[in-house]
Amino acid sequence: MANSPLTPGVVPGRLQPDDYTRNFADKAPPLTAHEAAVAADRCYFCHDAPCVTACPTAIDIPLFIREIATGAPAAAARTIFEQNILGGMCARVCPTEQLCEEACVRMTAEARPVEIGRLQRFATDTLMTREGHPFVRAAPTGRRIAVVGAGPAGLACAHRLAMKGHEVQLFDARPKAGGLNEYGIAAYKTVNDYAQAEVAWLMGIGGIAVTNGKALGRDMTLDELRAGHDAVFLAIGLGGVNALRAEGEDKAQVVDAVDFIARLRQAEDLSTIPVGRHVVVIGGGMTAVDAAVQSKLLGAESVTMVYRRDRAAMSASEEEQHLASSKGVRIVTGAAPLRLLGEGAVEAVEFAYTRETDTGLELTDETFRIRADQVFKAIGQKLEGAPEGIALSGRKIAVTGPGRTSLPLVWAGGDCATGGDDLTVTAVAEGRDAAEDIHATLMAEG
Amino acid sequence: MADLSCDFVGIKSPNPFWLASAPPTDKEYNVRRAYEAGWGGVVWKTLGEDGAPVVNVNGPRYGAIYGADRRLLGLNNIELITDRPLEVNLREITTVKRDYPDRALVVSLMVPCEENAWRRILARVEETGTDGVELNFGCPHGMSERGMGSAVGQVPEYVEMVTRWCKQMTRMPVIVKLTPNITDIRLASRAAHKGGADAVSLINTINSITSVDLDLMAPEPTIDGKGTHGGYCGPAVKPIALNMVSEIARDPATRGLPISGIGGVTTWKDAAEFMALGAGNVQVCTAAMTYGFRIVQEMIAGLSDWMDRKGHARLENFVGMAVPNVTDWQYLNLNYIAKAQIDAETCIKCGRCYAACEDTSHQAIEMTADRSFVVKDEECVACNLCIDVCPVEGCIEMRQLAPGEIDPRTGMEVPASYANWTTHPNNPGRKSAAEQGLE
Repeated sequence: MANSPLTPGVVPGRLQPDDYTRNFADKAPPLTAHEAAVAADRCYFCHDAPCVTACPTAIDIPLFIREIATGAPAAAARTIFEQNILGGMCARVCPTEQLCEEACVRMTAEARPVEIGRLQRFATDTLMTREGHPFVRAAPTGRRIAVVGAGPAGLACAHRLAMKGHEVQLFDARPKAGGLNEYGIAAYKTVNDYAQAEVAWLMGIGGIAVTNGKALGRDMTLDELRAGHDAVFLAIGLGGVNALRAEGEDKAQVVDAVDFIARLRQAEDLSTIPVGRHVVVIGGGMTAVDAAVQSKLLGAESVTMVYRRDRAAMSASEEEQHLASSKGVRIVTGAAPLRLLGEGAVEAVEFAYTRETDTGLELTDETFRIRADQVFKAIGQKLEGAPEGIALSGRKIAVTGPGRTSLPLVWAGGDCATGGDDLTVTAVAEGRDAAEDIHATLMAEG
Repeated sequence: MADLSCDFVGIKSPNPFWLASAPPTDKEYNVRRAYEAGWGGVVWKTLGEDGAPVVNVNGPRYGAIYGADRRLLGLNNIELITDRPLEVNLREITTVKRDYPDRALVVSLMVPCEENAWRRILARVEETGTDGVELNFGCPHGMSERGMGSAVGQVPEYVEMVTRWCKQMTRMPVIVKLTPNITDIRLASRAAHKGGADAVSLINTINSITSVDLDLMAPEPTIDGKGTHGGYCGPAVKPIALNMVSEIARDPATRGLPISGIGGVTTWKDAAEFMALGAGNVQVCTAAMTYGFRIVQEMIAGLSDWMDRKGHARLENFVGMAVPNVTDWQYLNLNYIAKAQIDAETCIKCGRCYAACEDTSHQAIEMTADRSFVVKDEECVACNLCIDVCPVEGCIEMRQLAPGEIDPRTGMEVPASYANWTTHPNNPGRKSAAEQGLE
């Protein structure tokens, strides 16, 4: 008999085929030309616009919206791509409600911002379908640069370097380029294999050789890379996952949310992805929301997200929290896992309520249990496999200015480096700025 | 409740909102709908000579320009006068007037500049029982190439001649519709007045090309790759119309000549403005063509509400009230000094005032790091541009400096007296106060 949301345990195929198509459709469908025109008309073309200040890549938002409004969406896209070559993905995944759209003066005026994210997607989609790659490579400089990690930071850096005429070797440990764009973002935010399409389009600049399946430390060393290249940019992301440090963490069906998301993104057929009847996600960030919502969309009967602090402290934006709630995810805040219970596989999680004190978060004596036949850990990732000899700050690669590390001619950016806020858009900015600095440094050497 | 009933040159209507002679008034079906919707009057679309009717193009006859959200701001047309047989129009006019005796019905006319042509048409129209005629000396496209419409309106002698003929040939009130495609509207209105016109109506449409099709490299509307200039109307022409109405209203040669105000009337407020500048009623076209006939309900309610608030019991109480305040530049008080003031509470921090002032005006607005905007009184000349570009109504206002205050821009005390250019020391042709009769 076919499985249903009520089937006990962790099983695939809880839904009908049509349900998967519907559930994983585009979260925010693209604007039609008419919708874009109406939305663009709302922009006031502010002076020194707050939305631009709020954008980590400082896209000239009023300009690109004016270009849309005047019927030149391809010009709008070029305005976007000049600052952010992954403007297409950022239009899909940026928490715009915390960035440009929060800063929009229409928020002050009427609590309804210009739909900057959706307009950005309209422009970038238009150009990418119509015109192919918009930039031309400068004359070859004869410099070779290694970029390690083909996530947002690495891609942005590689593109900018290639555009300047450098030769780029881009390495990635995974079978596909894209980093978290390919492996770490909910499917409904980037439908139709967009991450791969974007990578292919970005490579249109030329001069970037991609090598997949090569990990730093395993298949090559930093010293080798430095010896063979004029400069190195490290964008290796955060490969490790923080442990719960709760009793019973090693039980079966207690898994990392990032692995679940990656597996889901790579699945040909979503009905083959097993999901629990009762799912518990521990964490309060975007990864937690992506895992919780997708569990629900795969047909889990109950999904509960548990975060140790209060809602305001969650790094998942308010909009993400609303999305989760609207899909039927229950959000419990102010509770931390004590132990995971069950014979072999997990059956329930015991939590203790927490209390904020001057010295930090404390567990209270008040406890409760939630049924769980699948638990996703989403309490953050950590740097793994940092090359020896490079200075760290806290648990990340220490950088100053535009991504300079402690080693000469080695730059770093994206999630693996200090600064930033683990957003795609920030990673893009860091990759781009490092590329500019690499270029300036190498060209100054003469 | 204010009384909106209107008596315009003896033609009575329950309100001052008439539909102008145009496509919306081309036939009985539309006119009945207009009356049912509440329009006080209708000027029937222009009739021509008996015989083979005129023909229209069979491609697009309108072009438009837009504001934000495709709000239609200006409309251009290359449609000619009615292309239906005269007989049909006259029959319908008769029926409609019979069925709506309380509404105004005026018939617009355009025939060649020949006495007999006008005699023939006037006799036919008179039989319909209509309230009056409007002589179309205004349309700038098509018919003007055949010596009619604006081709007549642009020659004051013709205006006077045809007006005189008509006044001699009919007992009906004669309204002369003027073209704005001239340099001084007063010459045409004086001619109409001399010819004995009961009233003038203005403006007709303005010669225009609304846009160019950059693929076809042809003006729009485009007919088989070609375009021609058309008549422009709608909200965009209102300022031009208001000025022309006021020019006639304050011209001593035509003082008291009734005016029917036309040109971009879209709301009750537009109507009130035309009437304040001397129009006895208004005629509307583009607003109806954009939104349909129902808008008249807003116009009626809005005007009535405003009149109640202002204590105007009847239209006559405020018609022409603003005319004495229209003057020449040289008489404006140069001792009136104001400064812009930005309300931080309602400011949404878009910075448009700053960009406009800093880039294109007087560098009189200060922008702080936290995006607060403050006027620098020592630079502000009160030009109003900041108010004009501000998206929030009422956020920026002009504050008049009181006499005795120091204007930080000039360091001078604001005088209590009135002083204008005619007596200004920089004016080489200045007059003494005594010569001005101010003493």
